[in-house]
Amino acid sequence: MTTPRSNGVIGVARRRVDGRAKVTGQTRFADDLTLPRMLHCKLLRSSVPHARIVRIDTSKAAAHPGVHLVLTGETFPIAYGVLPVSHDEHALCRETVRFVGDPVAAVIARDEATAAAAVDLIEVEYESLRTYASPEDSLAHPEPRIHDYGDVGNVHKAVSLQFGDVDAAISGADHVFDDVFFFEGSTHLPIEQHATVATKDPDGKLVVWSSTQTPHYLHRALAKALQMPAAHIRVIATPNGGGFGGKSDPFNHEVVVARAALLLDRPVKICLTREEVFYCHRGRHPVLMRFRTGVTKDGQITGVDLQTLLDGGAYGSYGVASTFYTGALQTVTYNIPAYRFRGCRVFTNKPPCGPKRGHGTPQGRFGQEVQLDRIAERLQRDPAELRLQIIAPPNSLTANFLRLGTIGLTECVNRVVASSGWKDKFRKLPLGRGVGLACSSYLSGAGLPINWNDLPHSGVQLKLDRSGGVTAFCGATEIGQGSDDVLVGCVAEVLGIDPFDIRAVTGDTDLTPVDLGSYSSRVTLMMGNAAIEAAMRARDLLARAVSCKLEIPVERVTFQRRRVFDADVPERGVTFQEAVCMAEARFGTIGTTGSYTPPKSPAKFKGGGVGPSPTYSYTAAVVAVEVDPETGWLVVPKVWIAHDIGRSLNPTLVRGQVEGSVYMGLGEALMEEQAFRRLPPRLSSALVHKFPSLLEYKSPTFLEMPEVHTDLIESMDPAGPFGAKEVGQGPLLPIMPALANAVYDAVGVRIDEIPVTPEKILKALQLKAAGRPARVGPAGFPGNVPWPEPLMVTPPWEGGDGRASNEPVRKSTRKADAGVEATAGVRS
Amino acid sequence: MVEPTGKMRLSLTVNREPADALVDGYKTLLEVLREDLRLTGTKHGCELGECGACAVLLDGEPVLSCLVLGVECEGRRVTTVEGLQDSAELHPLQDVFADLGASQCGYCTPGILITAKALLDRELNPTRDQIKEALSGNLCRCTGYLQIIEAVEEGAARLAARRLVAEAPQTKETLAAPKLAQHDARAKEAPL
Repeated sequence: MTTPRSNGVIGVARRRVDGRAKVTGQTRFADDLTLPRMLHCKLLRSSVPHARIVRIDTSKAAAHPGVHLVLTGETFPIAYGVLPVSHDEHALCRETVRFVGDPVAAVIARDEATAAAAVDLIEVEYESLRTYASPEDSLAHPEPRIHDYGDVGNVHKAVSLQFGDVDAAISGADHVFDDVFFFEGSTHLPIEQHATVATKDPDGKLVVWSSTQTPHYLHRALAKALQMPAAHIRVIATPNGGGFGGKSDPFNHEVVVARAALLLDRPVKICLTREEVFYCHRGRHPVLMRFRTGVTKDGQITGVDLQTLLDGGAYGSYGVASTFYTGALQTVTYNIPAYRFRGCRVFTNKPPCGPKRGHGTPQGRFGQEVQLDRIAERLQRDPAELRLQIIAPPNSLTANFLRLGTIGLTECVNRVVASSGWKDKFRKLPLGRGVGLACSSYLSGAGLPINWNDLPHSGVQLKLDRSGGVTAFCGATEIGQGSDDVLVGCVAEVLGIDPFDIRAVTGDTDLTPVDLGSYSSRVTLMMGNAAIEAAMRARDLLARAVSCKLEIPVERVTFQRRRVFDADVPERGVTFQEAVCMAEARFGTIGTTGSYTPPKSPAKFKGGGVGPSPTYSYTAAVVAVEVDPETGWLVVPKVWIAHDIGRSLNPTLVRGQVEGSVYMGLGEALMEEQAFRRLPPRLSSALVHKFPSLLEYKSPTFLEMPEVHTDLIESMDPAGPFGAKEVGQGPLLPIMPALANAVYDAVGVRIDEIPVTPEKILKALQLKAAGRPARVGPAGFPGNVPWPEPLMVTPPWEGGDGRASNEPVRKSTRKADAGVEATAGVRS
Repeated sequence: MVEPTGKMRLSLTVNREPADALVDGYKTLLEVLREDLRLTGTKHGCELGECGACAVLLDGEPVLSCLVLGVECEGRRVTTVEGLQDSAELHPLQDVFADLGASQCGYCTPGILITAKALLDRELNPTRDQIKEALSGNLCRCTGYLQIIEAVEEGAARLAARRLVAEAPQTKETLAAPKLAQHDARAKEAPL
């Protein structure tokens, strides 16, 4: 798409368009909404991890003063879920509870305190079923099944893909590296607790305000779960007080208050407690992984054989996509001529895992980058130089048929090497101090939709007013990342007006065209392109009207500084407002639309729907650590990071995304754990969260955050709006492996699992002192994963056409693909 | 004073204005502000004193409003984010937070602004370590904190400049000098 020359909006550090509302406390989050006659909802959640519901007695709760309605699973016969292949949730459990926290009943009462008191009056009799606490447990015991669907036993999904003769490639290599890693789960921890308000509007239709990153998917889920026409449901995504992927699923509490509002014809609100937010989860999957990698003596990768085992928790969520993502992007970063990926997600009786910032890719990234550090050491190569030599070529197809765009990774590596003083530090610092390096890549939006169809992924409508004001409508959701600012910035740049002249109306299924949501780092690229298209169409109408008036060729009409004028004689022109009026007089009401649909992916094999993206961002990071060799105590004084942003639309916001990613990556690297424990039998043996509170679930504060040196690399990607790529997720990915590599540089011990804690370092130091391998990490990868026969796909350079040679012919590509293609994580 | 309904009458000063409410005795100041006085600018993230989102000033001192009972505030002065502005112009901290990326999702922002104001009220020119220490009870999941620290530093500088102007003899030059609140001015006039 051709875009006009700079109008001083794009690329300039600006106050974000919603900045004033946020610093004055006027941003209206879901729990800030109050409606007349509003009632409040509380959920009764299962106290046992896995059981059949024998009996529920709600009579005392229903009779409690101030209670208006009590609901159980009987009211919710229809299952829903975000991926079409795993509609496995009911708003309230019907026959089985699958984790501590699964909702069983709901009370709607005059206030929260009354609802909470009545919830305590509900009696539930459970018949316990076997509790599955770990993936190994679930693999070993296929019965009883947590769900009656899935591949086999308690295996939700096992996938196997092979690109080229990987066994020959690895056995023919000069060196073979075989390493096992573990990445603990972590949760999003948005400071805003999920909240939803539902009501019947005066016309009798349903309106739902919710802290959701994906109003479109919530819209679909409500229509299904409530068996209502979607046209009679309006979902309004309130600005999210942080999301990071944790508000991407349609949630049971949203369905419950919607149903309650319809039944009572009154507004109903729910706001989850912090403890409930921990149990809602849908966060980072714990992943055990094994990387077998063949390398030539000069450091080229010959082939990679990757296995991953994901602890999915109790429901499907985005899990099938998460599984594929653990193996999808390795080839996007480095040149891997032959590749086999096997991924398995199992159900356990814990809160469901799903997409957290980086969605499924940080785990595999951690293993690959730590292994590369080992490879460099064995080959006596500098890890930065080794990586520079194997970076994937731009504008190429990978072994797994992902089409790459611009790649600024070489520049990123060079920049962090220079800014960090890498060459003077690596392996040269005194004992206890170290530096580590890692790289990464990430999607700029999932290339295929969750619900397979040929429709655009993002739509923008513009209304141009006689006042000279413009309203931009888009379904995109402001979750803090600045999507409203991107929308307004793109339109302002094209039309040559000030962002303050534009009103953004977003995330409202009644008013705005569909945008699939704030996940998979898709909004800037997809909404941005749609916004530019809509604005270019409006510009064209105005230019035609003004060219007549000025009697000049339309190509000479220029838009700048709220004026529309002759490029050759700039003083000849009209105001933007006059131009709108001229266009309206000539063409009628001025409204335009723009749409964005990603290019078709060349990956035609089943499972090839996860990984394609219009283009990819790249990042390199160096993390410095100081480790006390006596105690293992670990601090991070500084991080240097360079990110290939394509083009920086608003540098203030871009920097914020990079630093926020570094912060969240450090949280995962150092301390964050979504971990569970069994209560003792006398306390029911329940499987509960170890520390469901903000105080005890450790996350970095102002005091732990190190100095960050950020470089932005502008590779001007032709696929992006004004050349832009994503920034919300990619910069998180290299932080965890760079930190683990830095610990090795500092004290010579390998911590092959996340988080890297002082306890683990101390244990490894003690092993080292005892003359044993100085490593803490998983011992091995289970041999009892029921892997299917791999789909055999010939890589492009061996003449492959993107199809699997051994895949049964699919009747309809659309049907077979449904739900496998998917999406990724998220940000703020 | 307990009313026949079991509710209690509460009179206090909120953002320099008198406020009265009939509140349940168990309600926290946070709930009184949000639910009874409809001042929803103050946020909650835990209701356990762990996140700092609900910070307000009570008689000028920062407190976590989720840990204070409403009825404890009888006759006292409360300042919330809605009271940071004392005119049509934003408080300098609000301006710099908006300009320098210190607010992303905006949810922790009111609590951090209030806590930062309390710091600048007692420390005109805080060091970076003092800023970190003062704000260490406020969690933010979006920014990585660095742009917040820079905004507080810039806010301190602007407040210092404002004080200089206020204390200086009022001449034409000093009145025209400060570049304070330039972004609000830009918003009004949008001089492209």
